[in-house]
Parts: sequence; structure tokens; C-alpha cells
Amino acid sequence: MPFAEPMFCVTVSVPLFSLMSSSDAGAVGILDRDYPSTLESVDTVEADVLKAALDVGFGEDEQHGIGMAVRECMVNAVVHGNRYNKNKHVHVKVVNSAGNFEIRITDQGEGFEWQHVPDPLDEANVLRHSGRGLFLMGAFMDDVKVHKITPSGTEVTLTKKIEPA
Amino acid sequence: MSAKLNTREVGDVTVVDVSGRITLGEGSSAMRDTLRELVAGGKKKILLNLSEVTYIDSSGIGELVSGFTTVANAGGSLKLLGLTKRVKDLLQITKLYTVFDVHEEEAHAVRSFV
Repeated sequence: MPFAEPMFCVTVSVPLFSLMSSSDAGAVGILDRDYPSTLESVDTVEADVLKAALDVGFGEDEQHGIGMAVRECMVNAVVHGNRYNKNKHVHVKVVNSAGNFEIRITDQGEGFEWQHVPDPLDEANVLRHSGRGLFLMGAFMDDVKVHKITPSGTEVTLTKKIEPA
Repeated sequence: MSAKLNTREVGDVTVVDVSGRITLGEGSSAMRDTLRELVAGGKKKILLNLSEVTYIDSSGIGELVSGFTTVANAGGSLKLLGLTKRVKDLLQITKLYTVFDVHEEEAHAVRSFV
């Protein structure tokens, strides 16, 4: 079955100003905007990113995987990060960078330690009601990175390689 | 399209036909509420027909798991019918495919309840 092996995440504390000036040299910006912390935003971002994925040339299966990863990430940002707070937004940036389709989703929450998220594949956790979001992001994308932002927030970068036609 | 549910009886088995997307929000909560009502109403043989489910996210999977345990804890059995390839793949990678009794054909699924 065409799923990537779930990738381990990396947590790095990065000042917000550093992220904003991080190296996107040569990258083609596709999407760069804020969304309110609502479930409707999850649907909107999924649709916006899928349109970008289609334009880049991803096939149907890859689009499905990207859509799933983005949904899981947005739900985490809206529900767990920003906790539906109308005064907080989720920033989404999509770039085509050196053959990689990168989606960066940033919330304004308190952050979390990904290493403490229980393994959903562990026998003790398989029947848990929740906790599969990060795992599914890793299953559908080629790389997932988690950055803790100071003073507060989390940025998750989802990467899918763009295969040449 | 958020998930739509329809319930019918086939003998002593309750078949819940689910269509659309089972995602966080209306879709997943509709399934949760339906299963809870069935259990509260004493239903112990429940077959979830997912053949028209086009999409499920981790919240939807969570409600499937919750439903499974809720029905089991009530002394009943919840089974799945008609998984699309994508839903089947999702259950397999989350190691849930072998947890559920999955069927492809309704009559066979109904007969499998003891």
C-alpha cells in the first residue's frame, strides 16, 4: 500500500522572527494567509491546499494523502493549539521549494511535546478514541517537522516530494 | 458532504447505512449519537454499512473505535460492511482492520451475528 513510513518529528524551539526570515530562497510561494480558529477553516484550508496540489501536478492518490495530512494538522492547530479561540488564528503557508511541496501550519497555542504523544499503534493504545493525527500526517507525507515557537505556538511543516512527470 | 445516517432492521440486526464524510464535527458526532441511542435502546447487533463513506479522518476513526467499545461493553457486537479501499487502507495502517469484523456482503454479515 502506498503509505510512507511515519516519520519522526523534530522539535526545535525557534523564535518567531527567525521563522519569518527563514530561508525560502528560490521557493515559489503558493499560499500565505491566516485562517480563523474554526472547524470551517479546516475544510477551507483542505480545499485551498488541494487546489495547490492539483496545480503542482499531484495525482489523485497523492492529493488524497496530502488532504488527509492537512486536515489532521489543521484540526490539531484549531482544536488543541488555538482551542477555537477567536482571537487566535492559524497561519498557513504553502511553497514549492526545490522540488518539495511544503505546507507550514502555525498555531498560536501553548505548544506540545510530540515525544509525549502516545504511539497509537501500541497495543495499549489501539483502542483509544483519539491520538492518531500526528501518526497519519507522517503516514501520508514524506516528512513532518514540528517546531515549537517562542514565545508561544507550534509550526508543523508537512513535505511531499514533487516527482518529475 | 457531512455524513448522513439511516437505520434499518434486518431480522434482529440493526444496519446503519452511513454515507458521506465522517470527519470532526457534524459527521462524527452524528455517528456517535446514533450508536449511543441504539445501545441505549438495547440494540446489541449493529452493522455499520460504510460502503457510501467517501472519506474518514482520525476523528471518524475515533468514533468507530468508541462505538465498537461501547457496544462491546453493553454485551453486543458492532461489525463493519463495505469498506472502500481508502477506508480499508486507513484501518490497516492504524492496526484497526483486525480489530473489527469486516464484511463485504450484507447477507453474510447479518448471518455472522450469533
